[in-house]
Amino acid sequence: MAKRLDLKAVDIYYGDFHAVQDVNLSVAPRSVTSFIGPSGCGKSTVLRTLNRMHEEIPGARVDGEVLLDGEDIYDRGSDAVAVRRTIGMVFQRPNPFPTMSIRDNVVAGLKLQGVHDKKKLDEVCEASLRGANLWKEVSGRLDKPGGGLSGGQQQRLCIARAIAVAPDVLLMDEPCSALDPISTLAIEDLIADLKKEYTIVIVTHNMQQAARVSDQTAFFNLEATGKPGKLVEIDDTSTIFSNPTEQATEDYISGRFG
Amino acid sequence: MTERTTAQAPSPGPQDEDPAAGSATLDTVTDSDPAPGGRSQGSSSRGRGERVFRRLTSGSGLLVVVAVAAIGLFLLVQAVPSLMANNANFFTSPEFNTRDAANLSFGIRDLLVVTLLSSLFALAIAMPVSLGIALFLTQYAPKRVARPFAYVIDLLAAVPSIIYGLWGIAVLAPALLPIATWLQNNLGWFFLFAPGNLPVLTGTIFTGGVVLAVMILPITTAVTREVFSQTPRFHMEAAQALGATRWEVIRMAVLPYGRSGYIAGSMLGLGRALGETIAVLIVIRAATSPSHFSLFDGGYTFASLIASAASEFSQPLPTGAYIAAGLVLFVLTFVVNAIARVVAGGKVNG
Repeated sequence: MAKRLDLKAVDIYYGDFHAVQDVNLSVAPRSVTSFIGPSGCGKSTVLRTLNRMHEEIPGARVDGEVLLDGEDIYDRGSDAVAVRRTIGMVFQRPNPFPTMSIRDNVVAGLKLQGVHDKKKLDEVCEASLRGANLWKEVSGRLDKPGGGLSGGQQQRLCIARAIAVAPDVLLMDEPCSALDPISTLAIEDLIADLKKEYTIVIVTHNMQQAARVSDQTAFFNLEATGKPGKLVEIDDTSTIFSNPTEQATEDYISGRFG
Repeated sequence: MTERTTAQAPSPGPQDEDPAAGSATLDTVTDSDPAPGGRSQGSSSRGRGERVFRRLTSGSGLLVVVAVAAIGLFLLVQAVPSLMANNANFFTSPEFNTRDAANLSFGIRDLLVVTLLSSLFALAIAMPVSLGIALFLTQYAPKRVARPFAYVIDLLAAVPSIIYGLWGIAVLAPALLPIATWLQNNLGWFFLFAPGNLPVLTGTIFTGGVVLAVMILPITTAVTREVFSQTPRFHMEAAQALGATRWEVIRMAVLPYGRSGYIAGSMLGLGRALGETIAVLIVIRAATSPSHFSLFDGGYTFASLIASAASEFSQPLPTGAYIAAGLVLFVLTFVVNAIARVVAGGKVNG
């Protein structure tokens, strides 16, 4: 169930390139934390280190500790596949498995974990689709391919797929950037519901969205191209948007640069 | 002089910046084409180019259709008189006797059997192997290994057929003998491994099929590798983020995406195997009795029979008999292609 995340002195490298420098932050269980900042500042990179997805890029490496309820997910004993089964992720572009039915999409993660009891799968499928506010729209066509849904529905299907395995943390990488405003609103409402049960970290380019959905906001920045990205400041969302400590944060959220 | 140079410059950039240069352009062009506005003039000449180009492209497209139809027509016209003079049943007779032009008696039963058996056997070997190679190259091998490895596979396609034929009969046939013997001794009750119409177990359809499998491996692998490598990153991430292992990512994202391309590539390979001539002619021995539908049969395929008889094409009627066999091969490749399209859900070659 919902767990807390602590990053301690995290440095991220791609080969020789130092992508992100010295990130320290904590995420409380059952809360929403948003990462904002200009393109290339490393916020998506940091997000991807939280479920070890960055390891799919050859040469990627992380120093420091990423603690999930006190346990380092980079411990020698744990492997990336196991970590990803407990930390769900939703991507920028909705990516349901195009040839799978809606039902198979939702329970894909459970099947990977070896659950094959049909009754159990059906229950989880319905609960997850209800949890993702999609049940009413698709309950009559669970056997149809997931690729036939609209973009917003596909994204909610991906959220249903992510929560079907009851993850400890839910990561969202710009989940609304490919969606229209109405679908975006649906996802934002959903995030507000989901935070009652899940720890959520969301990367967004939309500062209004960060202000609307998150309890805590982290601002990332980089000094120049080729320099590593840094966590400039992290605080309650209301503080960041009304009275930030750092001048750079103030400049960014007021639209003076970036 | 400067005006003319400006007029010939295709870039619209200087015209926008410098109105004088723009009008110079207009004047020069007006010499050849008295249209009023510069803009409409540009689009009308562009329209002409467009029309010419469209005719050129649709002409080339049409040419292909015409060529295929012409080949089919040629085969048909040449084959019909011989088919009329045929004393045997064209489809069910296993003999192909054209020695006496006044008494033709030819059928394609054995040609069809040998062609299909050898090609399908080759496909049965090549499909799993090329799938494995394509997955290895795109999903498992590091880039610096994958690239040279892929070159080597492509190189297999550049080896001339005659070399495959020599290799098949001189090296492969004796090497396969123990396997063939074992199969016949232990699985001989199954018709494919039953004793065939040859006195020996080398130079059989079995040997030929293995040679063909090596020959079609490059094309099948190349097509499969290409579609697998184009699997969208975000499909694979969907599986990875759920905690899928490498193999599970392949099963959930790569295979569903590449399936139709894999089938298309295999069918291209099958097409090549059906039509392969010289290697088959060298490797598969001629048989004296009809086919037993066994992999240890000998005999001729359509292509190897026509090639073996080509030096004796002097009289029209016997030649027509071979052309009739060629027509069947022609139709067979069409059928294979059509089946591939149906199986791949109409998505062959995109």
